[in-house]
Amino acid sequence: MARWLIGLLPLVWLGFGVWQNTLGANPVERMIRYSGDWGLWWLLATLAIAPLRRLPGCAGLIRLRRLFGLLGFGYAALHVVFFITFEHFFSWSALFRDILKRPFITIGLLAFLLLLPLAVTSTPSWMRRLGPQWGRLHRLVYPASVLVVLHYFLMVKADYRLPILHAVILGGLLGWRGVR
Amino acid sequence: MPFRWNPELGPEDVTPEAMFQERRRFLRAAAVATAGAVLGWDPDAVQAEGGLAGVRKGAVTLDEKLTPVREVTSYGNFYELGTGKEDPAKLADRLVTYPWSVRIDGEVEQPGVVSLEDLLKPHPLEERVYRMRCVEGWSMVIPWIGFPLGDLLKRFVPTPKGRYVAFETLHDPQRLPGQAREVLRWPYREGLRLDEAMHPLTILAVGLYDRVLPNQNGVPLRLVVPWKYGFKSIKSIVRISLTEQQPVTSWNQHAPDEYGFFANVNPEVPHPRWEQRQERRIGEWLRRDTLPFNGYGEQVAGLYAGMDLTRFF
Repeated sequence: MARWLIGLLPLVWLGFGVWQNTLGANPVERMIRYSGDWGLWWLLATLAIAPLRRLPGCAGLIRLRRLFGLLGFGYAALHVVFFITFEHFFSWSALFRDILKRPFITIGLLAFLLLLPLAVTSTPSWMRRLGPQWGRLHRLVYPASVLVVLHYFLMVKADYRLPILHAVILGGLLGWRGVR
Repeated sequence: MPFRWNPELGPEDVTPEAMFQERRRFLRAAAVATAGAVLGWDPDAVQAEGGLAGVRKGAVTLDEKLTPVREVTSYGNFYELGTGKEDPAKLADRLVTYPWSVRIDGEVEQPGVVSLEDLLKPHPLEERVYRMRCVEGWSMVIPWIGFPLGDLLKRFVPTPKGRYVAFETLHDPQRLPGQAREVLRWPYREGLRLDEAMHPLTILAVGLYDRVLPNQNGVPLRLVVPWKYGFKSIKSIVRISLTEQQPVTSWNQHAPDEYGFFANVNPEVPHPRWEQRQERRIGEWLRRDTLPFNGYGEQVAGLYAGMDLTRFF
């Protein structure tokens, strides 16, 4: 059965919310935040596979890693599309000004650009073609995930509880790799 | 996520808003009557004076579509009731507002602590439809009910030393549970230069959409300064002081490079997080251009003649 369909459930929920107008007073803000949240969560789930698969009976989790990574990229791409559509309505000059002027946009875009080659090279044929280089390339997920959490911090005005929570989880996942 | 689906219910089962509000009013009146019985005041007086009889309609109008009351009352920033924009409506019941009094002090001839009833008594209420532009890049059009702040200040007679007006929100973590965490330095403080405070567009609001201010919108008394970003329009005021020096204001204190003392709506001064050239009017999908001084330039630009507004942002 196609496991990836489960990954689309949040998107279905969002589509239903738009259709039924249950996304609150500012549906655009909700759509942008929600897609960004899910991009980050799938990314953290991807990073959690390596430690979790070492638990007894969990070795099979590795088969989910590519899916989680692609879902993370997919929601991040949706986040970018929502941003370009609703914040700037394809006004490229305004978009470029935004990227240059607002550090949190710059950093978010940088994270997305780091994830892009990882999504492209996620297929078995690319793995074969890149050989040992593939693993090295895919270490880009570490700086990308740090930038994503930084992007989250820079977006928040004063209440840093949620960015801190995500930073702690990410710190744990990366720290585990460091000490191992 | 709140997700309810009951195919047995149709639109005809929805409680009409008028009836819903009537029940709320009844509950509120009952609460006031109880408080009155305990504390010995006349609840009718509180109702009549906090209330909205005899409002002069159409004092200031705007040829723009009003933001529906549901959006006005369910979405906003009131960190004392939670940092999420939908939190204040959920926690609103914690903010008990009777009794309420306001301290007027500093550089005035007649300082004192005044009950809300006495504070409001001399002021005829009027309806003013204003744009409200949040620094976060969203905006609304709201029919406020209130009276000019200047009329109130004149009653207490500012001394020649009084050059600024400082405001404080109630500080009570029991009634404003968001204050249990030091997200900002409580109490919330705001301030205006005296000429801004005396400007006829600057009002103290006690209601919106023909009703008493819902708790989440800053009950029972809030400032509305339509040409400034929304955070200047401080809610649930308990203190108004005239000062000689420019007062400390909460968001400016929190991040002075992001939030200035003046905080006039200005599409030319960017914010590190929010594009200020455009805004999203709540209810619309795409953004519209932000107007200098939120469209009130004709009335207020003169207050800032000769000032470099990119420096004094």
